Amino acid sequence: MSEVQNFKVTIDNITVEVAPGTTILNAARAIGGEVAPPAMCYYSKLKDSGGKCRTCLVEVSKGSEKDPRPMPKLVASCRTTVMDGMEVKNITSEKVLDARKGIVEMLLINHPLDCPVCDQAGECDLQNLSYEHGSEKTRYEFKRRTFEKEDIGPYIQLHMTRCIMCFRCVYTADQLTDKREHGILERGDHAQISTLLGKSLDHDFIGNVIDVCPVGALTDKTFRFKNRVWFAKPVDAHRDCPTCKGKVRLWMRGEEVFRVTARKDQWGEVEDFICNDCRFHKKETKDWVIEGPSVVDRRSVIAQGHYQGKVGMVKEQPRLIDQVIGKAPKLLMDIHSISDVNRPDVDLSQIEGPAHSDDFEHNK
Amino acid sequence: MKLLLQNAHIEGIRFYDAYRKNGGYQSVEKAFKMSTDAIVEEVKKSGLRGRGGAGFPTGMKWSFLAKPEGVPRHLVCNADESEPGTFKDRYLMEFLPHLLIEGLIVSSYALGSNATYIYIRGEYAWITDILEHAIAEAKQNGWLGKNILGSGFDCEIYVHRGAGAYICGEETALIESLEGKRGNPRLKPPFPAIQGVWMRPTVVNNVETLAAIVPIINMGGEEYAKIGVGRSTGTKLLSVCGNVNKPGVYEIDMTISVEEFIYSDKYCGGIPNGKRLKACIPGGSSVPIVPANLLFKTAKGETRMMNYESLSDGGFATGTMMGSGGFIVLDEDQCVVRHTMTLARFYNHESCGQCSPCREGTGWMYKILKNIENGQGKLSDIDLLWDIQRRIEGNTICPLGDAAAWPVAAAIRHFRDEFEWHVLNPEESQRRNYGIAHYADPLPMVGVV
Ligand SMILES: Cc1cc2nc3c(=O)[nH]c(=O)nc-3n(C[C@H](O)[C@H](O)[C@H](O)COP(=O)(O)O)c2cc1C
Ligand code: SF4
Ligand code: SF4
Ligand code: FES
Repeated sequence: MSEVQNFKVTIDNITVEVAPGTTILNAARAIGGEVAPPAMCYYSKLKDSGGKCRTCLVEVSKGSEKDPRPMPKLVASCRTTVMDGMEVKNITSEKVLDARKGIVEMLLINHPLDCPVCDQAGECDLQNLSYEHGSEKTRYEFKRRTFEKEDIGPYIQLHMTRCIMCFRCVYTADQLTDKREHGILERGDHAQISTLLGKSLDHDFIGNVIDVCPVGALTDKTFRFKNRVWFAKPVDAHRDCPTCKGKVRLWMRGEEVFRVTARKDQWGEVEDFICNDCRFHKKETKDWVIEGPSVVDRRSVIAQGHYQGKVGMVKEQPRLIDQVIGKAPKLLMDIHSISDVNRPDVDLSQIEGPAHSDDFEHNK
Repeated sequence: MKLLLQNAHIEGIRFYDAYRKNGGYQSVEKAFKMSTDAIVEEVKKSGLRGRGGAGFPTGMKWSFLAKPEGVPRHLVCNADESEPGTFKDRYLMEFLPHLLIEGLIVSSYALGSNATYIYIRGEYAWITDILEHAIAEAKQNGWLGKNILGSGFDCEIYVHRGAGAYICGEETALIESLEGKRGNPRLKPPFPAIQGVWMRPTVVNNVETLAAIVPIINMGGEEYAKIGVGRSTGTKLLSVCGNVNKPGVYEIDMTISVEEFIYSDKYCGGIPNGKRLKACIPGGSSVPIVPANLLFKTAKGETRMMNYESLSDGGFATGTMMGSGGFIVLDEDQCVVRHTMTLARFYNHESCGQCSPCREGTGWMYKILKNIENGQGKLSDIDLLWDIQRRIEGNTICPLGDAAAWPVAAAIRHFRDEFEWHVLNPEESQRRNYGIAHYADPLPMVGVV
């Protein structure tokens, strides 16, 4: 019996073997680290997602072994499948970095930049992306687009002004629930996410739109403004749930459960979708069997060097500079270093129990 | 030479009897005696290129159509025609509806489409009625329905009205819309030839392309290819608007010069009121604008002809494109800044909003252009515009992003001094137009890069 021949693909000078049909993005994720292009719309668990935000654009400098011609345009790595012998440039391509900078700028021109009052701050993909790829200053001098806040059901708030139109929530509502009542109205830069006739969304799994949203456009009303994510300590927990697998992440401070979310993998994607009951109604420690501190991935600003040792573990990243010839990647900026409330010299893992503002005071 | 419109003046040609009496539906009779492969072969030989804008060879497109066993295939006629400046399909459908139906029957037979769709621009409401009447007449006379002419081939044609979005002219957005969904372009691949309407293999062609199948079958692909020049074979419809004496729809074989087309009495009849020519957009609003001094002669000094190759000679630096044939003429009184702003507003309004560069960039460009036009611009805005268009172009899902970027790029490339004049003379620019400057025909070439 013949086995399926794997394809060899080289991304930023690192070669990896993947099964035919793999996308460039997933091949890059197999390599890991900064070689993986940022993805604001693609979500491996959602069928048909991707291709829209254009942050994952890469340059294909060699199409394949058979047809070595380069591709004329940058391609969306999340929706382009690899060919055998393909050579791809991500962070080693000036063209890619320039285009990406442009895309980040475009994503931000109509974004309110209200991070200080946004619940997503600290775990926002857009925040991370702009630290990594954006410029300090915007060249946009016009009024930003705004929308009214909207409650879509008792648990979820839609703050459309912050939306980047990634369509993830639409696919989630479409694919996880049986009703199609969450979608897009209008077009172009006046397009907006909405529910059918402003109806509230009710379905056991609809809460997952909060987790897939890369920005603070869909937030958990049972958590809003209760706490900053970087003050809460993430722990993995589970319960015997009749509806979902019951594997969640609790965001705790002391003995208090502030928020329940799904567990996310190193690419910021939900591991198992959870049900509304687990998310919105089980907010006491006695509801859960606590497994231990969560492994927080590199993508989140809350991760940077602050969860080492006994509280949590940060996954070891390969040292990219050793691997990539060309441009040295910029490190993620740390939210602790730009916020007044937080002091960068405090290692959260050194603090017993959950962190409070007080813990930072004595350093001032 | 006319192949499509030669009978357009005949009384009652819109209706079946007159159309049939004047040689109509002969190509169907001829085609049904041929094999489907032979028809595709004739279309290939004809060198016909898509008339919807991209100019892709039709025969080649047809031969890419997947033919999996047991899966229906579809032909879809793109009658969405919403590009500013383009109104040739409207003319053809309004006056010669049976020509399109005839072309559709032959093409459906060649491609094996038993259910063929005409996706028509929603605003063309009265043409929908004309087409449906023509389809009913064709059906009464046995050209549609079951077992047409005893050939064993069944075909129905359905007219589907769009709801007023330019983007639904893009073939994959059109397919989504036809399926009843939001008209967002799909990511390619897969191409419609493999997975189109309802995931079935589909060919999408422009109205004029499909009408041209009739003369190709009647006269044979080789004869058709003899008309025209090089890879620009056959005849092309052009819709002319703007500052000309005789706006309207013209059919040309692609061997005349641009100068002749604008000034000859047979076509546009020159510029009214003794004004001089400033610039021209020869292929619909998406293609680059060219100043008069680059319009009649290419950068190499050759006479510019009305065909695909010659119009695009020199690339975007000094050339433009044939596009969809929406020929827009600007005289010396027109303001390029205002004109560019209008187009930017259009693309901003028509972006579907799926991908970030187009959704956000089109609005940004429009706002900057509005400032410049209103005397509130800065010199740095011109470079910023250039930067924005550069980062939209090529980075989007569908070509609307490019279509939005090119007009801005071309306007800045050729008319930068007019933009600067607007910025530096904010008050004067509110009172008068920049005028012809050095863009005019008799003056030497300036600023050609
Ligand atoms: C934004 C956009 C709008 C378009 N509008 C039209 C249209 O109105 N009519 C048309 O025939 N083609 C239009 N096209 C081109 C189609 O996508 C497609 O290329 C064409 O229908 C193919 O037919 P052809 O090969 O016969 O030219 C448009 C393309 C884009 C990107
Ligand atoms: S609300 Fe969030 S998930 Fe939905 S499209 Fe907007 S950014 Fe994406
Ligand atoms: S380029 Fe514009 S119109 Fe085309 S898919 Fe992207 S947003 Fe939509
Ligand atoms: S992640 Fe690929 S385009 Fe958004």
